[in-house]
Amino acid sequence: MNGQPILDNAWLFAHGLATTLGLLSASLLAGGALAVPMAVARTSRHWWMARPVWLFTYAIRGTPLLVQLYLLYYGVAQFEAVRNSVAWVALRSAWFCAALAMAINTCAYTTEMLAGAIRSLPYGELEAADALGMSAWQRLRRIVLPLAFRRSIPAYSNETVMMLHGTSLASVVTLVDVTGVARDINSRFYLPFEAFLTAAALYLALTFALVAAFRQAERRWLAPLRRGN
Amino acid sequence: MVSAYLPSLLAGALTTLCLALSSLAIAIVLGLAGASGRLSRRPAVRAIATAYTTIVRGVPDLVLMLLIFYGGQRLINFAIEKLAPGHYVDVNPFAAGIATIGFVYGAYLGETFRGAFLAIPAGQAEAALACGMSTLQVLRRVTGPLMLRHALPALSNNWLVMLKSTAIVSVIGLPDLMQRAGLAAGATREPFVFYIAAGGVYLVITVISETLLQAWQRRLRVGTREVRL
Repeated sequence: MNGQPILDNAWLFAHGLATTLGLLSASLLAGGALAVPMAVARTSRHWWMARPVWLFTYAIRGTPLLVQLYLLYYGVAQFEAVRNSVAWVALRSAWFCAALAMAINTCAYTTEMLAGAIRSLPYGELEAADALGMSAWQRLRRIVLPLAFRRSIPAYSNETVMMLHGTSLASVVTLVDVTGVARDINSRFYLPFEAFLTAAALYLALTFALVAAFRQAERRWLAPLRRGN
Repeated sequence: MVSAYLPSLLAGALTTLCLALSSLAIAIVLGLAGASGRLSRRPAVRAIATAYTTIVRGVPDLVLMLLIFYGGQRLINFAIEKLAPGHYVDVNPFAAGIATIGFVYGAYLGETFRGAFLAIPAGQAEAALACGMSTLQVLRRVTGPLMLRHALPALSNNWLVMLKSTAIVSVIGLPDLMQRAGLAAGATREPFVFYIAAGGVYLVITVISETLLQAWQRRLRVGTREVRL
């Protein structure tokens, strides 16, 4: 073991960590925000709302994240119309493509998770809201979504960890995240153990931090559900 | 355009399937070992099994694959240099791919099997022992089939996740579906078409697996009553 090159390049790992965390938060925020209306549509009584969302989540959940990433990063550039459009400014950037692919991916999983939580709500809560004369919108905003969010916290904890691990794929489209830094250092100094074990330790620490944060959130937000009702 | 590359894509799909199935076999063995380790009476065995399932599930599979591929190469050549100076081997990417994916998903399956084993009422095994069955007979006739029934839903899920995660072996140069699609995309300059095709193949394998696994789950559930609200 030769730790010196790792210590000398610690600032590279710090940059990589920033890239990883930036990608993770951007994709979780965008994907999560989009998942809320989609989960509502997914549980809709009207097939023309529920079916298209089902098709989207099925296609995304049935294909690897790597395919989705390559489609955005390499695939879309095939079309001249895209290269000449305004969107090209964004799609040209590896960071944007990676963040978009991960946002779409997490959106599909989060939509199914939230839709499952909505479906499993006790129906009496919805009837009570109706009986109080709430409009559909009020019922959604005050009753359905807050309850579904709470019930989704444990599953969402897994999803964020999966996404954290998913960000490591960004290194295959030239981004220098934690994995990218480790690959750089390995190819420069030929130190596979030192480089990849450092990366693994960083991911492990991030995973534990995420899990601990969610445990806190569960303690706070799931408390009413735990009182035996 | 796709038709000219169809044989190549199909060969890639076959590699992907072989890889996923071989990894599954390793993962099941490691998963059973991990589960029995975590349920062991000896604290040292329990600690090792817990470390395995916790650490491996906290690190991205890509990082572990790069560690095993580059690090394993270094380790093996270091050993060979000591034993037979002047010789050199290249680690086979297929072996590295199977080893990594089997190793990673063994940790996930370890948790699955542990949960399934704990879900079996203790009375079942006690009754079988009271009937005079040997420990092996109890496992084969009573606890084994019961455990499979409890484990199969999560096992199916893990298989689908694992199938998609084999896509990362293209990063270490294995000619799987992704790599073949990438070659065709480069040669024809039509990356969108070929990555869509690759995604389609993953989706088809997913649909077929889901259908078969659901039929198997129904068979294993015979004689149980599902809760309906």
